[in-house]
Amino acid sequence: MLVPLSWLKEYVDIEITPEELQEKLFSCGFEVEELYEVGKDISKVVVGLVKECEGIPDTHLSLCKVDAGEHGELQICCGADNVKAGGKYPLALVGATVYATAKDHKTVEGVMTIKKGKLRGYESFGMLCSGVELGVSENMFKGAGYNGLLVLPEDSQAGADVKPILGLDDWIFDIAITANRPDCQSILGIAREVAAVLQKELKMPSLDYTETGVKKDGFTVNVDAGDLCPRYIAHYVYDVKIAESPQWMKRRLALVGMDSISNVVDITNYVLKEIGQPMHAFDCNYLEGNAIRVRRAEEGEKIVTLDEQEYTLNANNLVICDGVKPVALAGVMGGLNSEIRDTTDAVMFESAKFARDNIRKTARALGKRSDASARYEKGVDEYSTVMAMKRALHLMEELGCGKVSSTHVEVNTGNSLEPKEMKVSIKKVNGVLGITVPDDEILRIMKSLDFAPSISGDELTLQIPAYREDMESYPDVAEEVIRMYGYDKVVPTFMPSAKVTMGGLNLRQKKELKLKKALCAIGAYECIHYSFFSPSDLDMLKYPEDAKERQAIRIMNPINEELSLMRTTLSASMVNAIARNMKRGNHEGRLFEVGNVFVADELPLKEYPDERETLCVGVFGENEDFFTLKGIAETVAETLCLTFEYEKAEKSFLHPYQTAAIKCENVEVGYLGKLAYDIQNSLGIRASMYIMEIDLKALSQWYDRKTMFTPLPKYPEEKRDLALVMDKNVTCGQVEECINKACKYVNSIKLFDIYEGEQIPEDKKSMAFTIEFTPKEEAFNAESVDGFVNKILKNLKKQMDIDLRS
Amino acid sequence: MGGTAEYSSQSGFNPGRDFFYEFKEDNLMNEALEKIKQKILDGEAQLTNSKAVYEFKKSFLDSKTGKIGQLMKEMRNIPPEERAGYGKGVNELKEWANQFFSDIEEKIKEKELQLKYESEKIDVTMPAKTVETGNLHPITQMRNQLIDVFTGMGFEVYEGTEIENDYYNFTALNTPKDHPARDMQDTFYLSPEFLLRTQTSSGQIHVMESKKPPIKIISPGKVFRSDDDATHSPMFTQMEGLVVDENITLCDLQGMLDMFVKKIYGDGTKTRLRPSYFPFTEPSVEVDCSCFECGGKGCKLCKGTGWIEILGAGMVNKKVLENCGIDSEKYSGFAFGIGIERTAMLKYGINNIKLLFESDLRVLKQLDD
Repeated sequence: MLVPLSWLKEYVDIEITPEELQEKLFSCGFEVEELYEVGKDISKVVVGLVKECEGIPDTHLSLCKVDAGEHGELQICCGADNVKAGGKYPLALVGATVYATAKDHKTVEGVMTIKKGKLRGYESFGMLCSGVELGVSENMFKGAGYNGLLVLPEDSQAGADVKPILGLDDWIFDIAITANRPDCQSILGIAREVAAVLQKELKMPSLDYTETGVKKDGFTVNVDAGDLCPRYIAHYVYDVKIAESPQWMKRRLALVGMDSISNVVDITNYVLKEIGQPMHAFDCNYLEGNAIRVRRAEEGEKIVTLDEQEYTLNANNLVICDGVKPVALAGVMGGLNSEIRDTTDAVMFESAKFARDNIRKTARALGKRSDASARYEKGVDEYSTVMAMKRALHLMEELGCGKVSSTHVEVNTGNSLEPKEMKVSIKKVNGVLGITVPDDEILRIMKSLDFAPSISGDELTLQIPAYREDMESYPDVAEEVIRMYGYDKVVPTFMPSAKVTMGGLNLRQKKELKLKKALCAIGAYECIHYSFFSPSDLDMLKYPEDAKERQAIRIMNPINEELSLMRTTLSASMVNAIARNMKRGNHEGRLFEVGNVFVADELPLKEYPDERETLCVGVFGENEDFFTLKGIAETVAETLCLTFEYEKAEKSFLHPYQTAAIKCENVEVGYLGKLAYDIQNSLGIRASMYIMEIDLKALSQWYDRKTMFTPLPKYPEEKRDLALVMDKNVTCGQVEECINKACKYVNSIKLFDIYEGEQIPEDKKSMAFTIEFTPKEEAFNAESVDGFVNKILKNLKKQMDIDLRS
Repeated sequence: MGGTAEYSSQSGFNPGRDFFYEFKEDNLMNEALEKIKQKILDGEAQLTNSKAVYEFKKSFLDSKTGKIGQLMKEMRNIPPEERAGYGKGVNELKEWANQFFSDIEEKIKEKELQLKYESEKIDVTMPAKTVETGNLHPITQMRNQLIDVFTGMGFEVYEGTEIENDYYNFTALNTPKDHPARDMQDTFYLSPEFLLRTQTSSGQIHVMESKKPPIKIISPGKVFRSDDDATHSPMFTQMEGLVVDENITLCDLQGMLDMFVKKIYGDGTKTRLRPSYFPFTEPSVEVDCSCFECGGKGCKLCKGTGWIEILGAGMVNKKVLENCGIDSEKYSGFAFGIGIERTAMLKYGINNIKLLFESDLRVLKQLDD
């Protein structure tokens, strides 16, 4: 929120510098996001009195002798049409900074530094300036809007700095207001805090006015939707004369970024900024039926707002109607049909409190926001609703633009505007803080905040003003005390009274960390991707229509379609990440991610979905193939003290012959394989990648397996190499399984050679294994191992027609 | 002897017998022993490698074929009265020869080792052969550091779900439906009831519902807000901390935060509290730490203020405690929430949050802490 220092000073005497005030505000909870001087870009511009002024022949230029007071008498070339001898204008001295304008003399193009110049052979030691060049608009200073020189007042002293004259020495505080303090969303609200923190008196704006005897007979206000409009105040003003607002009001509105429209409209805007209460003024001539009705809109009802936009409404929208039709979209914008015109001679002022949720929903649903709706969304208090109407009527009288009738109608749901009594224990207040704030300090702080405090023993009694809706209990009091007393008075302690807790990671967290570290150790980099992905990712991976991955949870209000589904697989993000890397010139690498996939029993969601922790690994580059990725799978198994088995499998997006399902304890827990070539091509990448996904949530059921020591074998182990000849379609896994089943002493089986070629039949292949036998009860002798081998060979022959290679 | 005195066994020369002959002829035993000694000494120059030493040594000392070995064998042919003198002389020669060869062997070994080293000379500035190790994601690294600090202080780690219902994310945290704080966080909804959690604070409620004080937990996790620009990512990571016990105060909050920043940013780091607002804490504070870049003097990182905003915190709102069935008269607590990306970005000097989610290996490889 923008707060001009000059406006703030109307309510509080401020004798400290803007920077000091910024610090004070910061310490009591109001962060000044930006603090700047209105004329921050303007320097070395003084009052110049033109003593002589002669036209330069054949040009539009004038050659002037300008008295610049202490800066001497300077020769200036000037192109403005309103320069004349005896006039006082802003003079930018050599070295001054002012705004550079485009050819139209209106558009600011940046800041420029004035140098000594030469025009048509005449030297110029500075520049006489227009309002635009100084960043001063017509609303900020009368006459500044003229497309020529800005004329300074007669009484300005030649050589004096122009900034104070033009109000450029004013400061703007852009203050962030936290959501619990809607009462500070106004200049007056901030002034209250400033007064409290500086321990100064708050000077309230004048609220008095005189009602005439005139009445608008029979005028009624009905609020049908009291839940959405707890207070509605209407006041009739007649003999209205629409005119320009006075300069001081225009200037203040300009400083907070509002344009001046006309006196009546400006008064509503001024009150919005000053008190924080949105107001509206209806042209009474266009209100039919001598009545105001606040109701929910009818389905399909239409309204055209001030900015000539038409909206179709429904029962979620609140409208202000006259006796016949909607005349305003409550809290958002007035209707075009009853707007203030130059001819308006009677006005119905509205000051109301509307439910903030309703205004927010309407503003969002219609895509229409205004200063009023923004203010309502933050929350308006009824205390301000009442005060604002008084202030508006006072200003109507003060500006002489209308007479205040005695037709004042107020409908409310009975909320009190009186201060609310609150009693709290001082011990509890200090108990929250952990320090003991002296009673007299508490009293001083509470008094400065207008809480009318009194202390009796441990009991602090406060009268909480109606605008402080955030004050509910002793922690709120503690916060008020400490923010004014100073957070620097908090003394750090380390929970001296707290009980000892053990803390630490649980088993799953430990295993996950161990797994991640193991993957790093084999050269993989962890990545983190968004939990949502795109429906097109599912198409890219060619998941069939009935695949469970297609049953993804949809975000109702996604940022865009690309980020609209909760992930049902991590593979899409991984494939995209690898493709991105390849396109950026990273030609090899290993990536992994541990993240959740989201599995819903039912859509739309009725209960928490299953968030399954999942590992996804992707590898790419010359040195990678199916088996290097399988090696990573083995690392996963080993790290988690598990055993994986692999079976040939198929996956819509993987190579039909280089894909395996991963099983653990006969449960399918994942897959691995090479990305299918058509997908690779569609991504525009040339090299292959290999993807693996493992359901860690499924594996977690076995995390608690105890690691037990197996005593080293007492007797020496025996090894035998067997070269076996078999049909080409027999798999290594099948052979291993058969060998394992044939002999209980087999400890390990390692494939060390594969051969296909002349030495064996054409439809056969040879696989050579080293088999290690570990004795259990007693040492082996030569015959016992031969016996095992024979048994193995017999089984291989019987089950798969596998022969020993001769 | 002369030209026939080759040590090579291939010459058919029988050293034992010849020597004995000479010995017999001249009966000058010492002289003969001297000759053998001299032969050994004469041969020294040709002993350039261990194989030559071995062969030469063998020609003298082999117990069957060596010259000295044979002298020993001849002992039985020596008249008994001369045996003692003979044996002594031969033994002395043998001892001398053993010592001589062992010295030569030592020398040759040393020389050969030197040659071996020289033959393996390399250019040490040639590229290393490395085994690449990967990195944890910078967010995980930061998260682990934080977890280490807090588990060391007795905190447990609770990970909630990414999908939450409205009650846990908002209502129980004192943010009812029409509350303006709902606007502070643009929420992704999955259904009228379920949403993507906007803060890890939702974990507070689950913990307090299931566990009675003393409670000390941290809750790291992904959170989501409908914000997507250069400085905002729709997904980011937070870590919530919660302590609930008897007599927990604002002083304890600052004491713990002091400890935390010292461990993460170094011993000299200080904290500063300033008022703020969160619906689930009262009082609420923003916490700044003294700039770890300039130590508080003012620099580019801290925008000249000497302070860096690191987290939000506060005393747990008593309504929140009550919502979870915890007696707010007896217990109090504090909570804090840290943005992990922000902390990591500050620490590593990363300027764009999006870089953290793009998995560009050139980025990931740089960030190893």
